[in-house]
Amino acid sequence: MTATTTQAPKSALARIIAAGTHQRVLAFASLVILLIGFSIASPNFMQTSNMIAILQATSVNGVLAIAVTLVIITGGIDLSVGTMMTFCAVITGVVLTYAGLPMIFGVIAAVLTGALCGAASGTFVAKMVIPPFIATLGMMLILKGLSLVISGTRPIYFNDTPGFSEISRGSLIGEVIPSLPIPNGVLILFIVAAVTAYILNRTVLGRYCFALGSNEESVRLSGVNTDRWKIVIYALAGAIVGIAGLLIASRLNSAQPALGLGYELEAIAAVVIGGTSLSGGRGSILGSLIGALIMAVLTNGLRVLSVAQEWQTVVTGGIIILAVYADMIRRKKSN
Amino acid sequence: MTNLVEMKGIEKRFPGVHALKAVQFDLRPGEVHALMGENGAGKSTLMKIMSGIYPRDGGDMFVDGQPVTPDGPRAAQDLGIGIIHQELSLMSDLTAAQNVLIGREPRRSFGRLDEAALNARTAEIFASLNLKMDPRTKVGTQTIARQQLIEIAKALSYAPRVLIMDEPTAALNDTEINELFKVIEKLKADGVGIVYISHRMDEIKRIADRVTILRDGAYIDTVNAADTPLSTIIQLMVGREVTQITVDIPDTSQSPIALEVRNLSRGKDVRDVSFSVRKGEILGFAGLMGAGRTEVARIIFGADHRDTGEILVAGQPVNIRTPNTAVQAGIGYLSEDRKHFGLAVDMTVRANITMADLRRFTSRTGVLNETAMEIVALAYIDRLGIRTPSDLQEVRLLSGGNQQKVVIAKWLLRDCDVLIFDEPTRGIDVGAKSEIYALLEDLAAQGRAIIVISSELPEVLRLSHRIAVMCEGRLTGILPGGATTTQEQIMELATQRDTASMGAEELL
Repeated sequence: MTATTTQAPKSALARIIAAGTHQRVLAFASLVILLIGFSIASPNFMQTSNMIAILQATSVNGVLAIAVTLVIITGGIDLSVGTMMTFCAVITGVVLTYAGLPMIFGVIAAVLTGALCGAASGTFVAKMVIPPFIATLGMMLILKGLSLVISGTRPIYFNDTPGFSEISRGSLIGEVIPSLPIPNGVLILFIVAAVTAYILNRTVLGRYCFALGSNEESVRLSGVNTDRWKIVIYALAGAIVGIAGLLIASRLNSAQPALGLGYELEAIAAVVIGGTSLSGGRGSILGSLIGALIMAVLTNGLRVLSVAQEWQTVVTGGIIILAVYADMIRRKKSN
Repeated sequence: MTNLVEMKGIEKRFPGVHALKAVQFDLRPGEVHALMGENGAGKSTLMKIMSGIYPRDGGDMFVDGQPVTPDGPRAAQDLGIGIIHQELSLMSDLTAAQNVLIGREPRRSFGRLDEAALNARTAEIFASLNLKMDPRTKVGTQTIARQQLIEIAKALSYAPRVLIMDEPTAALNDTEINELFKVIEKLKADGVGIVYISHRMDEIKRIADRVTILRDGAYIDTVNAADTPLSTIIQLMVGREVTQITVDIPDTSQSPIALEVRNLSRGKDVRDVSFSVRKGEILGFAGLMGAGRTEVARIIFGADHRDTGEILVAGQPVNIRTPNTAVQAGIGYLSEDRKHFGLAVDMTVRANITMADLRRFTSRTGVLNETAMEIVALAYIDRLGIRTPSDLQEVRLLSGGNQQKVVIAKWLLRDCDVLIFDEPTRGIDVGAKSEIYALLEDLAAQGRAIIVISSELPEVLRLSHRIAVMCEGRLTGILPGGATTTQEQIMELATQRDTASMGAEELL
């Protein structure tokens, strides 16, 4: 036992590092280094248009990563976010294109569908005590199949809903500041990140995310209805996935029912690079956002340098292993 | 005076165990009611039923004379029943305040947390406990003793009318215990009823008003603490006159040293530990929770790295970096958590016994020789008296004592000269315990060096030829075994904190 444990609050920097944010600092530093490296390697990289392209490419994966972060902090995992995103997009297509309802209903349908799917996963995990890996693996397949069944395996286009593609591709910021045409998709990503970060750090729901991941039995014995909170957390993650569904449908101006598989792994990769512990109890939205950005910068930068796409995948895989290894070393030292 | 809580004819069964047989218990306002019994007597089970963690299979429970059936910890809390668990159940990634008020966070609108109120309220509770701790401290950074105090603060934060304390002092030193007892006196004066579970007899005399004794899941008696001698209570607990068992300590002073450890250190867990154990000797390790005994064992076994220190086997320095190198050096470690680290419980007795040395049963083509494995497994089942219908029985179906024997068989097969037993009789019933003791003595008599880590002082005194005592990572002393050493002497060393590292704020 050392005397430091009862000392007055340490300096802000010391607290940030002590709070396990080291990995996030590391991730942020890697992001900066990547940006500088690619800028030096290619003059085309640090162009406004290219930066915006990177942000746009981050938006869908970023929103998915935020959703998965919530679940991973509880000590769970969600493998269904990719196909759930597609399912939400397909439902939006049904509401807007098949039923011809106004756009706002499509937005509500996407978020609601995601929340319901998430609540279903949460129920499997909490009430039926199915391990999250299995429960969401099942959900992943169910939703993939349902998307194909409902759409008749054909894409649903949103040509009848003018303005739908503006959700992602339009630029409210660009209208105000013409020199900065940041697409709405990116704006939505940052709003989702800010709101979720607030929920995670300032609300009861967020507190139980960390508490469940840290010691679930203890939370239960403290009289907290852990089952209900788990379902709520999975549902919130689902609702955020619904937003990702809107973003991708808007960007493609269509719901592509065959899309979706593989997105969940990219999202989990972003979360892990961002320093969220897969064993639960620790993590942050900012970290996942940085993780998603690192992946987009890598893909974009290597493309600008004309590296074959196949190699980009190899590099991403290597980065994931390096990121987790760095985290392991840090944790070993702190123990 | 009506009873605060009354329990009658409580029944509880677990698969294969009749844990509680028509047990009764009552608690009056403003009293400390000690619940006594040997391990496995049913104390914790009864208290888990009272606090809504387990449902009861039969019997009645009344609070203020009203029949109740708390169906969860929350329902029990609403009835005013709080519990401090024996095992620490805190969330190490959260701060002290976040732990204390988990489930009852001060909220603002839309489920937003009021962090300032959370910390302020926790600070108040800490102050009432005379505990000097920043509510924003991460629990994981605290010592076991201070975590225990956070746990107590958490229970008090419910303002309970009934407070169940399950071995609250197991990790505390004398000063902390005195402070806890002051809090208990205050709670008593406020009319709170306290159920107190402890193995430390002196505590019972100090604070208990009444004592209820359980044995093997059955209610034995309730007596007044003041006019009942401790010997009577012990007699009721064990159901027989306790005769002092004299340990027959062989003279091993001429035997060669089997294992020597010099200046072993690892962070704050293990500080400059040196000792040696001779062939044929049983060295006991005593200490409170978190004293560093298991950590020393894990370092010797190569499961954790050491910062500094030397390990010598049979006089030769060995470079132990992994459990594999430890086993090659002839050191075996039997973990306190058999189910997790010692056994593959879903596999058969034969598979478990032969697991540690499969190469011996493997042909050149890599095929396992089941016949040879069977012969060896049956030989050990016979030699150690493992009660199992066959060597193909799954280990999980055996009793705790027999599971432990399977682990021992596994290490004997490896022919280890040094065997480290970590809590060898945890979760094992009384009868099987003496068998394990006899087995350990037998192994020592065959010339093996035995290290026994145990939290039960009677066990340490019963087995050890010498007793090493640890406190906060340091070896505070080595006492001779046998009747000359008392529990008090061991406790004194076990709570001998390093005064240099103990600042004013360390004291409660």
